[in-house]
Parts: sequence; structure tokens; C-alpha cells
Amino acid sequence: MRFLKKFDYFAILEKSTPLIAVIFALLVGAIVIILIGENPIYVYKVLFSYAIGNRDGWGNVLFRATPLIFTGLAVAFAFRCGLFNIGGEGQMYIGAFLATWVGFTFTNFPAFILIPLCILAAAAGGALWASVPGILKAKTGVHEVIITIMMNWIAASLSFYLALVYKDPATEAMKAAGVKQMIPHTREIAQAARLPRLYNLFKLINIDFPAHNQVNVSLFIAISVAILAYYILWKTNLGYEIRAVGYNPLAAEYGGISVAKNIVLTMVISGAFAGLVGTNEVMGYKYRWRQEIFSGLGFNGIAVALLGKNHPLGVVLAAILFGILNYGGAIVNIFTKGKIPRELIMVLQAVIVIFVVISDEVVRRFIIKRRKMA
Amino acid sequence: MSEFSLEMKNITKRFPLVLANDKVNFSVYKGEIHALVGENGAGKTTLMSILYGLYQADEGHIFINGNKVNISNPRVAINLGIGMVHQHFMLIPPLTIAENVILGMEPKKNVIFIDMEKAVKEVEELSEKYGFKVDPRAKIENISVGIEQRVEIIKILYRGAEILVMDEPTAVLTPQEVEELFKILLSLKNKGKTIIFITHKLNEVKAISDRVTVMRHGRVAGVKITKNTNQEEIANLMVGRKVILRIDKKPQPTGKVVLQIEKLDALNNKGLPALKNIYFQIKEGEILGIAGVEGNGQTELVEVITGLRPATGGKITLYNKDVTNYSPRNIKEEKIAHIPEDRRQRGIISNYTIAENLILGNHYHLPFNNGLSLNFNKINNHANKLIKDFDIRPTDKDNLLKSLSGGNQQKVIVAREFYGEPKLLIAAQPTRGLDVGSIEFVHQQLLSERHKGKAILLVSADLEEILSLSDRIAVIYEGKIVDILDAQKTNEKELGLLMTGSVLDKKLQKIK
Repeated sequence: MRFLKKFDYFAILEKSTPLIAVIFALLVGAIVIILIGENPIYVYKVLFSYAIGNRDGWGNVLFRATPLIFTGLAVAFAFRCGLFNIGGEGQMYIGAFLATWVGFTFTNFPAFILIPLCILAAAAGGALWASVPGILKAKTGVHEVIITIMMNWIAASLSFYLALVYKDPATEAMKAAGVKQMIPHTREIAQAARLPRLYNLFKLINIDFPAHNQVNVSLFIAISVAILAYYILWKTNLGYEIRAVGYNPLAAEYGGISVAKNIVLTMVISGAFAGLVGTNEVMGYKYRWRQEIFSGLGFNGIAVALLGKNHPLGVVLAAILFGILNYGGAIVNIFTKGKIPRELIMVLQAVIVIFVVISDEVVRRFIIKRRKMA
Repeated sequence: MSEFSLEMKNITKRFPLVLANDKVNFSVYKGEIHALVGENGAGKTTLMSILYGLYQADEGHIFINGNKVNISNPRVAINLGIGMVHQHFMLIPPLTIAENVILGMEPKKNVIFIDMEKAVKEVEELSEKYGFKVDPRAKIENISVGIEQRVEIIKILYRGAEILVMDEPTAVLTPQEVEELFKILLSLKNKGKTIIFITHKLNEVKAISDRVTVMRHGRVAGVKITKNTNQEEIANLMVGRKVILRIDKKPQPTGKVVLQIEKLDALNNKGLPALKNIYFQIKEGEILGIAGVEGNGQTELVEVITGLRPATGGKITLYNKDVTNYSPRNIKEEKIAHIPEDRRQRGIISNYTIAENLILGNHYHLPFNNGLSLNFNKINNHANKLIKDFDIRPTDKDNLLKSLSGGNQQKVIVAREFYGEPKLLIAAQPTRGLDVGSIEFVHQQLLSERHKGKAILLVSADLEEILSLSDRIAVIYEGKIVDILDAQKTNEKELGLLMTGSVLDKKLQKIK
């Protein structure tokens, strides 16, 4: 074999599939918009200009991206070990609930103790919930997908029940006042357990930023966790072993790597990432546990991980894109007076996922074909 | 011109990164056995894929019996009388031989029903004509690999093949089966069939072929009449330099007992006994070969010694230390190195780089790791040194292992396992699927380790390899050691008989 060219354009092609997918998805979205009877160029212009055209927009986008970074990292990290953790939803509920519980229980703690404690509780809750499928997979070989799906339902019901146990005292009063239906929610966490909004930080350094914007310090936690995930996976002994198990468990075992240990550890770390969603939704936003603020974040994490090619940087970028679509979609809805429903964004997200899978497969087959010929 | 059954003229095939065939001229006389040899990646497979219609040549023409043809897909090739026996058989185990043979072109009775009697009769006729000796009613799942191969040949004859392409047909056979196959090939040749025989093994080229075409780097390096050439010349053409085929094994004094195995038992993946009462020992400076037909417990034996499979009984001692049922990591720490039989499955992580693969098993301790994070300086220096020492290509340590040739992947494994002065080396099928140059390399590495006084356990399906490298040979049959022989005082024939249990049967018959 004589090499005609040394440059490996396959590698670049492989990495660029999400971009191709996003472009195709926007085209499909344009068709949908035309069918609704609106001008796609106008709609997209509104969407992007409001989402990323000013500081308020960016703040809203990042606020929506933050939880997706956590859940996306959870999926991506587990995937590196060959595990499909679709239990991010449940791990998130439990982690967030534990953080809330710490937040409203230890109310007399000072902030510099209570905030780290709540963050740890969020991570620990998720880790604990994910350790069950991890251990079962490692010990008995039960597939993690089955267990994590079931654990999602248990987590949803359990946290729902606990929300009633620790319900907000105000709900009794509201009930007495005749309010029939309420979404269960817990009492509020202590002031000392709340994460400051970025507005407060920007104020310190004299940057003009709207006070109502909900983006908060949890964003920095998410970015740090992304860096941590990258560091663990590519710079440490543990990451070497996790990826080895993910790529080839037989070779890992041969190389003296315990497959079982790494599966459990990976699930624990992955679950901790998912649990940290609580830092944004509870500690930085609602200051209490309330089911509706979470729903779907865990599952969207799967799409984010897929779009981000299971790489921490990719996950952050994908989460931001989803943030743009979510926020921009809401704006478009208002601008078109409800003609373009917010569900368009769900269509776009779904189409992106489908196209990522398709373009991955198309590119993979293309490369295999070319390589095989060589 | 018409005396040629097949002519391929000026065939050129380009792939995005390589020139796979470069103006290849390949011609085969009618009724000859023509060997096609070359290292991995020399372009043999591409050439045959073009012949079979799997690829189209960018340039050049194909002539069958002097007529120019355009083979656009395998169906055209089959209609032109070209048949291919692949390395991996494509048979359906629960069906009978006859059913497998007619699959896809069943003789019909009353338009819709399969005429099974006719099928059986036709297979019987073919079997008789060429000396296949198969029972058309036997089920594939109950026959041996050698017979399966015959079924594959019958399959293509049934489809009217005049030119038979055999892709490394002997790779899966025992010596006795190889002999049988050669008889069949000669009988096919005598009946006027043309055979193209792709192989790595030069002794087979000598034994069976009339002419041989040698390929190197996508070009024809030479066409020789077999009886006028020798193995050295063919090997030199293949590799493009002088190759030492004969293994020069110097006598080596043996030292202390390194590995001692006593009454070892283990189960296979199905939970059935795979090893029964295995015993042997290896001393310093000694190579012990394990000969046996594949699937007689060799895989399990190596796995038990390396900690990948639990022993259910018996004892493994390394320098008088009991290491039975140690974990794979502890075994590595006892300095037992292991070249696994299944390179792709066990030996490498194909999505890891060369550098990453070279530390597998040593990744968790100094100098590559301080217990927490990897030291990339050390890892990279280590990789660059081993790449140089072992001549691994490509030389960039950041290449993924999947982009390396089989020979270079094996070099990575050998480099990694020989690093760190192992006490015992376990080499399982160390040259399987490698080309002549790489085989020579692996053999020399094993011998030089022996020369350093290391103990080596060599498991190989290649009897010639076992015979030429080993000092002593243990023959394994159905999970038992049948005999341990002095390599100097035995031969392929004796080993072949021991391996297939014939000797045991004879002993039993005598007892009866």
C-alpha cells in the first residue's frame, strides 16, 4: 500500500456531523414554518436575534442551557464507559430533592457551609440513585437501560410523595382559601442556601445586566463539571480505565482493569452530574422542589449528549444551542402572536437528533466503505 | 491466447488513500493451480474482489477464455463460471449439506416444491466425481470444519464454477485435513478446473501449485513456475528484501522451573469441563509449545494462567509461588506477559492510540501514572522508544490502533508485553494472520527472549511454528494433555495423530 495522501479528512468529517445535522434540521424547520404560513427567514431572524443578540437573551439562553449541561454530561460520561444512562431524569429528581431537603433543614448554617453542603447533597443524591443500576449491571449483568428507566418512575413518585411530606406550610392556607389544584412543592430553602444570580456579580464589576434574568452561579458549576469530566476522562488513570472498558471490555479485563468496578464508578459519577441539576433549578431559581421545573431535562440530556458527540465541550455547545432554541422559540411564539407554536422547537430538537443519528450513520458507512477498499 | 482461462490485464484500482492495484497483470492457464501470494495489503484481495465483481477496476480489462468481459457484480462472475471460497464459511448449521448446496438455486418440482431427491442426487454425483466423500444428508452442525470447506467447494461447483478462487483455505484446517484438501484440489485440476489459491504459507505454494504470482505494494513482484523456484525466492519477492525463513535456534541451557501446572481443571463458557487434569512445567530458557486442534482447551488454558478464567481445581505456581486464581492485574504484577490469541478482541483497544495501547496493563502505576493522573511525557517517550525499537509503522504514536495493519498491531502487543522484563511469556497464536515479514519478526523476538533465559509458553495452531520454535511440545486433546514430546524427536505426522485423538483411540482399542 502506498499512501497517496497523508491528511485524514475522515476524522474531520466524523466530527462535523452535528453541524450538518443542525443545518438540515433548520431547513426542515423552515419547511414546517412555510407550511404554517410564516416566513422562515423572519422567524429565524427573530429567534436568533432575541436569543443571542443582547445580554438579556444570552442570560436566558445560558439559564436554560445550565441544567442541560449537567444532564448531557451525565449521559456522555456514562457513554464513554459503554453505558447508556437514561436515568438522568430520576437521578436529577433525587439529587435535587436531597439538596432541597438540606437547604430547608439546616437553616441556621452560614452560606459558606450550607451552599457547598447543598451542592454535595445534589451530587450525592444523583450518585446514590445511579449506583443501583451500576451495581446491578456489574454484579448480575442486568442491562442499565431497563433499570434506569424503572428507577426514573420510582424517583418521580418518591420525590412527589416527599414533596407532600415536606409541603410548603402556605399550601394549607391556600387550601383553606379554596384553591383546589396545586402542583406539590416543598417549603423554601434557607436564604443562605441560595445561589446568587449573575446580575449580582455583574453589578459588582459595573456591568449592566437585567436584574430579572435568572441565570445564576450554577452556570459556573456546570462549566466546572464539564472541565472536570474532561479531566477525568482524558487525563487520569480512572478515565483511561473507563474509556478502555467502554471501547473494549475484553481488552480492558486483559489489561488488568476491573470492568465491574469501573461500571459502578462511572454510574456514580454520571448520576452525580445529573443530580447537580438541583443547583440550578432549586438553589438558583425556584428555591424549592417543584416537579414541573424538571420534567424532561433528563431526557433532553440524551439529545444534548448525542449532539455533543459525548464530548464535554460538545455537550456544553449543544446545551447552549438547545438553550437558544428554547428561549428563542418562546420569543417567536410571542412575536407571531401564537401562530408559530413553541412546539416548533421540540420539532427542531427532535429533527436535530434524528439527523445526528442519520448523518453519523451515513458518514460511518461512507468511511467504512472507503477504508475497506483500502 | 485462448490457452489462458483467465487474464487480467493492466488492472489499476485506486482508493482514496491508496493505490491498491497498480497495473497488475495476472493470468492463469486452464487447468492449473495458481498460487497468489503476498503480504497483507499487497493487493491480492482487491484483485480477487475485482475478479468476483465486488469492485470495479479503474483501468484494465478482464478476459475469460480469451473473451473480454465486464464483471459488474458477483452474479455476473458466477454466470461466467467464477466461484469463490471465502475464509469464513457461509453455511446454515441446522440445514443438511444438500440443502446448503442448493440454497438460492433450488431444483423445483411442480414449480413450487423443492426437489430434494434431485438435490441429493446431484450433490452425490459431484461428491463422487471429485472425491469429496460427503454425505448430502448430514447436517452442517454435525460435520467438521474440513468437511464444511468441501461443502463450500461443492456449492460453487454446483453453480457451474470453472475458475475456483480459494482464499487462504488451509488456515482453518489440521494437517490431515490439508492433505485431504490437496487431494481434492488435484482431482479438480485433473478434471480441467482452474484454481487460484491465495495463501500466506510458502510450503503450501511449493506443495500444490503449478505457478505462483507474487504481489507486493499493489504490483506484481514476480511470476514463477513453482518447480523452478524455492521458498526463499518467493519470500524475498514478497517482502522485497532478504528474509530468514529457517529459524536458527541455538541450544539454550535451561534453568530453574518457572511455571509449574498441576492437575489444573477449568470450565468453558458453557460451564462444561474444558481443562481436565492439565500438567506441565516450563523452565528458564525453554519454549514449551502447546499443539492441538483449536477448541480443545488451549484458549481456556491460557485464560486460566493469566487470571481471565477461574481454575476449578489444581494449582499454578510461578517460581514456587502459588498464583492460582490471581486477578489479571495481580498476574501482570507477577510479571507474566501475555500475547492473546484474539488480537482484536483482547489484545488491543482499537480506538486508543499507539501510545495509549502501549501502556495498557501498566497504565496505573509509575512511571506512567502517579496513581491519579497520567504522565503524558513519560507515556509519549515510552511510545516513541518502543515504536523505534520494534519498528512499528506508522511511526506517529497518536495513530489509532485500528488504522494499523495486523502485523503492526501485533508489534504493538509484543512491544508492550516484552517491556518490563517478564518472567514468563505466554504467546497464543502469535503469528496468526500475519505476513511473512511480521512472522519472522515475532519468531525472532520469541527466540531472543528464550536466549535471555525467559520461559515461554507458545500456543499455536500452526504445527510448523510449534515444531520449529519449541523445545518441548505438549499435545492437548479434549482438554487433556495427551503427551509431552521432545521437539527434536517428533514430526508433524505424529503430532497430527496425537492432536486428533487417533492415538488415544488406538490405545483404547487395544485395551478392549
